[in-house]
Amino acid sequence: MSHLSERPAAPVVGRTLPHESASLHVSGAALYTDDLVGRTAGVLHAHPVQSPHAHARVTGLRLDKALEVPGVVRVLTAADVPGVNDAGVRHDEPLFPTEVMFHGHAVCWVLAETLEAARLGAAAVEVDYEPLPSLVTVREAIEAESFQGAQPVMVRGDVAAGLDRATRVFSGEIEFPGQEHFYLETHASIAQLDENGQVFIQSSTQHPSETQEIVAHVLGVPSHAVTVQCLRMGGGFGGKEMQPHGFAAVAALGAALTGRPVRLRLNRTQDITMTGKRHGFHASWRVGFDDEGRLQALDATLTSDGGWSLDLSEPVLARALCHVDNAYWIPDICIHGRIAKTNKTSQTAFRGFGGPQGMLVIEDILGRCAPRLGIDPAELRRRNFYTEGQTTPYGQEVRHPERMELTWQAVLDQADLAARSAAIAEFNRTHDDVKRGLALTPVKFGISFNLTAFNQAGALVHVYKDGSVLINHGGTEMGQGLHTKMLQVAATTLGVSLDRIRLAPTRTDKVPNTSATAASSGADLNGGAIKNACEQITQRLAEVAAARLGVPAASIRFRDGMALSSDPQEGNHADPAEPHGISWEDLVVAAYFERVQLFAAGYYRTEGLHWDSTIFQGHPFKYFAYGAAAAEVEVDGYTGAYRTRRVDIVHDVGDSLSPLIDIGQIEGGFVQGAGWLTLEDLRWDESDGPTRGRLATQAASTYKLPSFSEMPADFRVSLLEHAHEEGVVYGSKAVGEPPLMLAFSVREALRQAAAAFGAPGTSVHLDSPATPEAVYWAIEQARAGGDTSVIEHAADHASRPAVPRDGHRVDGHGNGRDGASVDGTGAGHASATRAHAIPTDLERGAYPATPPAQVKR
Amino acid sequence: MTSPTVPLRLFVNGDRHEIQVEPRKTLADALREDCGLTGTHLGCEHGVCGACTILVDGKPARACLMFAVQCEGMSIRTVEGLAPDDETLHPLQQAFWDNHGLQCGFCTPGFLMLAAGVLEENPEPTEEELVEALSSNLCRCTGYQNILKATQCAAEAMRE
Repeated sequence: MSHLSERPAAPVVGRTLPHESASLHVSGAALYTDDLVGRTAGVLHAHPVQSPHAHARVTGLRLDKALEVPGVVRVLTAADVPGVNDAGVRHDEPLFPTEVMFHGHAVCWVLAETLEAARLGAAAVEVDYEPLPSLVTVREAIEAESFQGAQPVMVRGDVAAGLDRATRVFSGEIEFPGQEHFYLETHASIAQLDENGQVFIQSSTQHPSETQEIVAHVLGVPSHAVTVQCLRMGGGFGGKEMQPHGFAAVAALGAALTGRPVRLRLNRTQDITMTGKRHGFHASWRVGFDDEGRLQALDATLTSDGGWSLDLSEPVLARALCHVDNAYWIPDICIHGRIAKTNKTSQTAFRGFGGPQGMLVIEDILGRCAPRLGIDPAELRRRNFYTEGQTTPYGQEVRHPERMELTWQAVLDQADLAARSAAIAEFNRTHDDVKRGLALTPVKFGISFNLTAFNQAGALVHVYKDGSVLINHGGTEMGQGLHTKMLQVAATTLGVSLDRIRLAPTRTDKVPNTSATAASSGADLNGGAIKNACEQITQRLAEVAAARLGVPAASIRFRDGMALSSDPQEGNHADPAEPHGISWEDLVVAAYFERVQLFAAGYYRTEGLHWDSTIFQGHPFKYFAYGAAAAEVEVDGYTGAYRTRRVDIVHDVGDSLSPLIDIGQIEGGFVQGAGWLTLEDLRWDESDGPTRGRLATQAASTYKLPSFSEMPADFRVSLLEHAHEEGVVYGSKAVGEPPLMLAFSVREALRQAAAAFGAPGTSVHLDSPATPEAVYWAIEQARAGGDTSVIEHAADHASRPAVPRDGHRVDGHGNGRDGASVDGTGAGHASATRAHAIPTDLERGAYPATPPAQVKR
Repeated sequence: MTSPTVPLRLFVNGDRHEIQVEPRKTLADALREDCGLTGTHLGCEHGVCGACTILVDGKPARACLMFAVQCEGMSIRTVEGLAPDDETLHPLQQAFWDNHGLQCGFCTPGFLMLAAGVLEENPEPTEEELVEALSSNLCRCTGYQNILKATQCAAEAMRE
């Protein structure tokens, strides 16, 4: 067992503990960034001037009337920027643009004594726009060949040979939308200057170091002149990984120019119309199976909808490509990736970071193909699981593939699947208007940042003379319980109780050059760094203790607030009169007087990682997190309304650092995934009207978030037992993102329930999100004979032609999402009645026949 | 133009606050900015998420949907006034803490005040009634399981 993963006796890690800030949260005392306004004197408030066009050139900007509004102090424009006028790291995000790129894009910011005055000032700013043509949908961008960033290709083997080898070959496409983070706390920053021009920013940010860097380059100062602190976030989910920087920079610029503290808090409408979301994707694919349903080859093109700037789109796409296999061995594979540039918000990180999108493609393929293959979908999935010795398409060996089997079997047992499947079959046989579905889906998710350099972290641990301990690390707290785990790691390593340890807020002047708290890696990385810092201290203290106890330093153990000469349970002291222990407090005092350093900077980097993004090969992940879920739904045949009757989850978190925290992450992640897949329906104005490009669902009233009402009636979550992970802090595994993808089980259950309205073996396409409306159309499709948008190809023509990359449909139309039309015109279901339509133009390499032009809903 | 302010007397958690507000200022903003009570959080700002839920004359209300001036003379209770004294937590607070009924904590004060109002009116709700009532607030982190568990535990403790 590695030193990093080995747990001492009676560790504090692994205990069931509540959140470290729970007492503050339940009393209302916990401070979020915007709560600091009342504690800061002389604050100015910032308000944006937002573009009413999806794409336009700014030809004039007149501030006079705004400056006449009582209370308005200043209007920030590009001319005020002393450094680089850019809010990103790719220098494609002007902070004050001369060309607005999406509806709601901020042109300039007004500072005033009150928020109301700033709002009135913003309304008085006169902007002249010259509207330009815009691209709002991913399909429009594909047709216009509007792409940005790298276009990676991930290849293994010979996909043409694999398709030729396959006996069953299908092709199809899928398009699915993004997701709004809807962290309950909107973006907020407060910036102020100290006497020496040092900029201090409190920001709701998952990546304080990058916020610091971007503020520094906007102000034209070195990073050491900017300090960023994050007390906590009211939710992040990736939405505060890249997006806070520009807002912090505006606040900092305002503070630098006025000498007064500046508060920038987005109201909900501003937040939802200005900040990036999960990427929607379009995918076209061709897949080959053998007679037993074993995957032989997959040829696909994934196009993400990146919005107006690159942001994190490239790494999101990389993770999508690296997860298109999910848990399945696909011998020959070729995946093309590209990022559409559209006139929308700059789409960004969101829990799973492209992984869910990649996995949705393969899960959708399996869900649609299983009935055509005549194989039970759960069996089809299991049959294709990775086994020992197999590698992913990017060349990484899949370690512990047996855990996929173990979690799967555990879910089968926990959910009593065999009996319930039979009961559901009987229910469906005896009910014409209501049907049930029960689906199992697996998750395999790679843990580490794809980019190797990000897999490092730092920590600072201070032991004071009274024995109290203050820890600090580079990770941020957004509710995920990172700080709770870090306190547990420190208590375990130092062998002291939790009440001796306090955790200080995340600040860039404590730990520099931190990575984002993202990629589920917060506990792995920062835990490693904290453990390292604590061990530097215990090694020094062991020398002090050893000298006093007359034993070798190597025999000293720290536990229960003592330094012990050996494990007291062993009882092997040569001389019973010899003292065999010294209290933590006494030892610390002794060490101080012996001039022993009582603080340490810890560092951790994940070993064994390498990644070549040019050829998409390497070993980007430390390990894989596994999980499996079974979901049962009941669907109403008249309306498509449904409810989730029961969900069973077994998830692999290694040896849990903090079980209550981990189960909370699993439940919350699953529900958030179910929201993305079934409820949360981003709608952009795709018309040619004056509000083209406007986000139509820009409030909680129109953007449906999961509430209590949609929770599974019966929700059972278990952790995989005996799951020690070698080489990770105290044997644990990351937990933040993987559970989100357990929600595929709900989508697949809905598909199966909808299909049950058709003849046995009916395959249906289900729109995403699978809202009741989408389910209704899937039911209609099933009743009409099933999905015709997936095409089966004659085996000898299987590999020709390759999947087209141009995104053009056969019919040259194609505004809508794939599959059943939901526009109510009937166009979609008309096509759905053309059972098993074989395209005549296969030779031209065209897409499968799809419904005629659909105006998206 | 910004409107002139009017004097207003609010009774919050038993304390009298003499403040000056614009007539269109929401109760949530007045509590946060003028009374210094930042435990009441603003999430969606239009009455859907319930993060700003408080008790007005004992009944749960959305502080973002009320004008401060509507509450002249009314008794308001916020999360800061939920605990009976400095030493003791309200059973709901203790139960949310113990049962991990929170993650980022932003929705927590709203859920606590909602549950406090609900349990005051109906001390023995069925699970169905409780789910129905708690459905009026949103949490983006937890998946709600522990919120329900915590509220049930608190209800039990409050009956004892």
